Amino acid sequence: MKCAPFEYVRPTSVDEVLAALVAADGEGKILAGGQSLVPVMALRMARPAVIVDINRVEGLAAVERDGDTVHVGALVRHRTLAEQSAHPLLAEAARHIGHAAIRTRGTAGGSIAHADPAAELPVVAVATGATVTAAGARGDRWVAADDLFAGPLMTTLDADEMITGLDVPVPTRWGFAGFARRHGDFALVTVVVAEVRGQVRIAVGGVGAVPLRARAAEAAIGEPVERVAQLVGDELNPTGDLHGSAEFRRGVAVEMARRALASAGI
Amino acid sequence: MEITMVVDGERVELTVEPRHTLADVLREQCGRTGTHVGCEHGVCGACTVLVDDEPVRSCLMFAVQADGSTVRTVEGLESDDGTLHPLQEAFVAHHGLQCGFCTPGMLMTALHLLDTHPEPDRETIRREMSGNICRCTGYMGIVDAVEEAARLR
Ligand SMILES: Cc1cc2nc3c(=O)[nH]c(=O)nc-3n(C[C@H](O)[C@H](O)[C@H](O)COP(=O)(O)OP(=O)(O)OC[C@H]3O[C@@H](n4cnc5c(N)ncnc54)[C@H](O)[C@@H]3O)c2cc1C
Ligand code: FES
Ligand code: FES
Repeated sequence: MKCAPFEYVRPTSVDEVLAALVAADGEGKILAGGQSLVPVMALRMARPAVIVDINRVEGLAAVERDGDTVHVGALVRHRTLAEQSAHPLLAEAARHIGHAAIRTRGTAGGSIAHADPAAELPVVAVATGATVTAAGARGDRWVAADDLFAGPLMTTLDADEMITGLDVPVPTRWGFAGFARRHGDFALVTVVVAEVRGQVRIAVGGVGAVPLRARAAEAAIGEPVERVAQLVGDELNPTGDLHGSAEFRRGVAVEMARRALASAGI
Repeated sequence: MEITMVVDGERVELTVEPRHTLADVLREQCGRTGTHVGCEHGVCGACTVLVDDEPVRSCLMFAVQADGSTVRTVEGLESDDGTLHPLQEAFVAHHGLQCGFCTPGMLMTALHLLDTHPEPDRETIRREMSGNICRCTGYMGIVDAVEEAARLR
């Protein structure tokens, strides 16, 4: 289908984006890579009155290392993320996103804001303890990834806030394992293990409304890998759908956890 | 809104409605119906074109966003005298198409694949082409064609 009509604005600064969102009075929507928003609009599941295209906002497209953290601008494309070497875990995760044509356009900020429970970058954000910078009319605020995801396609950000970037700690050891039925599909289950500042964190995507921390398994680090992986599965409460039953998902999660832990060398 | 693009080497100035996708505008305002529209929500790959040399789903980009860009479609593949591009020749030779609906997207994706992976093996070809769906061929002919085009380069 075709999208419903909308007013199109193309600001070049964050301040102008925020002003446009305020002026739209709740009817505005940020357009970044469009790889999630445009399908939703084409299916008429969303009909925003105003589209605020942020693609020409300056200064949001850099990946920069700062000490033990890498700053990723909101407009960094999945393709750039896949090719950079400052944060190997982010590169590995980005390579798993969709297909080349999706990675050309899709952005880091859009992926986080869209909060798809099966998406890769939110799981990495939770596993590494990333911080998201949200600009709003009242200034910037910093939201920990653990506090950002509120439900499927829902975040704790306000409709007139904009993600300008994320700060992602570089893990000393890490493992990424995802299972998708076909290359390029959203993963059924993704497990990311990251050791950050001496602490091992485990996050699981695709089996809940938001990326989940496997805290019991984290507490058991040091025990045999099989045991820790089993604990990841025990903590989950997956639901079945046409892509896989609940038990199948749990089984895949245990195996992905085993692989992620093993490749992290933990 | 007024936009300017270079489409297959030709500069075009157009007035477009913001809600019209690049695919719509290429087909309906630039006469380039070679670019096909299947699903209109990003999953089939039929509408793939190159924007500033990168593959994009033209159904997921509004034409206003391509303002100032260079767009390459399947119709820019053949040379001025009508000689087919080696990729097109290979698709013909290996039965890489039946109804041809998916072919424009397949060709543009393959073009980018050959640019980024000069010596792809069959596994790489399958992986990189997996975002393009074909209902007819069973893919073998497509993989054969891309493999040969890579070999001939
Ligand atoms: C065929 C296909 C396959 C895909 N496969 C995968 C996959 O395997 N894994 C995966 O993770 N994703 C996948 N995606 C989705 C893709 O990663 C998207 O790029 C991503 O989900 C959204 O990013 P975007 O930049 O395209 O955002 P958009 O589509 O532009 O926006 C998405 C949402 O985020 C909001 N938003 C965007 N940027 C900001 C910002 N800076 N601040 C606040 N709000 C913002 C928008 O208002 C909108 O609500 C796929 C998409 C397609 C079409
Ligand atoms: S028509 Fe664009 S991906 Fe199907
Ligand atoms: S040739 Fe018919 S869809 Fe591919």
